Amino acid sequence: MSDQPTSPLIHARGLTKRFGEFVAVDAVDFDVAAGESFGFLGPNGAGKTSTMRMIGCVSPISGGTLRVMGMDPERDGPQIRSRLGVVPQQDALDVELTVRENLIIYGRYFGLDRAEVSRRADELLEFAQLTERANDQVEPLSGGMKRRLTIARSLINEPKMLLLDEPTTGLDPQARHLLWDRLYRLKQQGVTLVLTTHYMDEAEQLCDRLVVMDKARIVAEGSPRDLIERYSTREVTELRFAPGEAESLDGRLDGIAERVENLPDRVLLYADDGEAAAVAVHERGLQPVSVLVRRSSLEDVFLRLTGRSLIE
Amino acid sequence: MTSLVRSPSGSAIGRVFEHRFMTYRRTFRASIFSSFLSPVLFLAAMGIGLGAYVQDPAALGGVPYLVFLAPGLLAATAMQSASFESMFPIIAGLEWSRIFHGMYATPISPRDIALGNLAWITARLLLICTIFTFVIVLFGAAESPLIVLAIPAAVLTGLAFAGPIAAFSATQRTPNKFTTIFRFGITPLFLFSGTFFPISSLPAALQALAWLTPLYHGVALTRGLSLGTAADDPLAMLFHVAFLSTFAIVGGYLTVRNIGRRLVRG
Repeated sequence: MSDQPTSPLIHARGLTKRFGEFVAVDAVDFDVAAGESFGFLGPNGAGKTSTMRMIGCVSPISGGTLRVMGMDPERDGPQIRSRLGVVPQQDALDVELTVRENLIIYGRYFGLDRAEVSRRADELLEFAQLTERANDQVEPLSGGMKRRLTIARSLINEPKMLLLDEPTTGLDPQARHLLWDRLYRLKQQGVTLVLTTHYMDEAEQLCDRLVVMDKARIVAEGSPRDLIERYSTREVTELRFAPGEAESLDGRLDGIAERVENLPDRVLLYADDGEAAAVAVHERGLQPVSVLVRRSSLEDVFLRLTGRSLIE
Repeated sequence: MTSLVRSPSGSAIGRVFEHRFMTYRRTFRASIFSSFLSPVLFLAAMGIGLGAYVQDPAALGGVPYLVFLAPGLLAATAMQSASFESMFPIIAGLEWSRIFHGMYATPISPRDIALGNLAWITARLLLICTIFTFVIVLFGAAESPLIVLAIPAAVLTGLAFAGPIAAFSATQRTPNKFTTIFRFGITPLFLFSGTFFPISSLPAALQALAWLTPLYHGVALTRGLSLGTAADDPLAMLFHVAFLSTFAIVGGYLTVRNIGRRLVRG
């Protein structure tokens, strides 16, 4: 079959998903190569999950072409699913079973025999750092533990590609970092990661390449660094003014930076030298309450592309 | 290609069944005990206790009330258990724990999920009805060796409810309407479909209504087999079987369709 190293694991052209009149995914094109970490970045409702569900062969495409591992989801759905690992947005764990039993029964879905699935379950419990909780019920586990169990579960069939829909949404920072570390290890082992996120830092941490989605379309594509270079400046100076003062600035910041962005709570100055911009602000006699110079991030890229923040 | 699934769909249904069994194992003993205790209590209280006051055995086909009641209760119990099993576990799998969505991310298809769950309900019914029938025999309330066939007859009665109710459950997001089904569906059927007294005692309009419900046919079938009168009118018995099978098969088909729609929608 089309398992040559040159052919992409996912190939989408004009991929479209409609729900009645509503267009959730509007003719998007992208390819994902083996071994790559690929992200869909965008706000809620941008079409990320719909795209993931089509790739996961649980939602039929409404138009365009989609090939996953060289196969057609419409015809070979079960066969593709047998080789994918899926981490859905909601964990879908069986709370009436123990941690280990959740892994066992999931392996059985793939037709693995009991001895094999038992061996893999122990390995994966170790990987997910859940060995001590193996025989506990799922319900009292923390959000981060449940998420790690869901990731362990998705690996039971030793997939080459993992689909992760918002893997760390709702987790505390410590749990997120632990999860990122596990995902990074998988990436090192050559597992292809395809994920959706509305967190900039997550995309920057995990993705080699990403597409920015907004209103059912792909609005930009590239590595995090590419995108920042293309759509933002090296640095950003964030100014906060006393209430009411920002409205009376009219034009007094013009020319200080390549671009000035007025947000409800702050003003962003896009400049390659953020320090210099800050100095220029003071030279013009302006007195912001706070000044922060930082490196440009994907958040800025998104703001530039869509005029909106990612998390509203 | 090692992770490719070679097993046919039949075994995929088996995996879904296996999952339900895995969960059930935890409550296995308590469940067996209550499946035994419940018919003992009902037959003792109503069959023997209340039955002592029933003075007109001729109206019941010339048998003691206990003998009349027992097969009716068997069919009614199958209906109740099947209804319960096809409500909460279905909505839980689709909405609460969402385990059906987890299954669908694997080679298991929505059809396998629907049929695996119906297969599990069938197995639960088989267990409950076998124990119940055993209790009937213990009470000396079976008139004919055909009582053995009352087991599959009662299972079929249960499935005539499980199919349509599971199909309905697969369209629901909350269990709110389940209470309504019990209050205005299952409970009236339990009381008025011939379980406790022949429907000939009902007004004509209600008799016709009772005749249209699967429980009436289930009770008539199990009672015919328990009393041994089934042999007198095999055509009527066949009709009951056909009536119940229609409900079970149409309901099963709709369950497959509705669970599929729901899982694809996400």
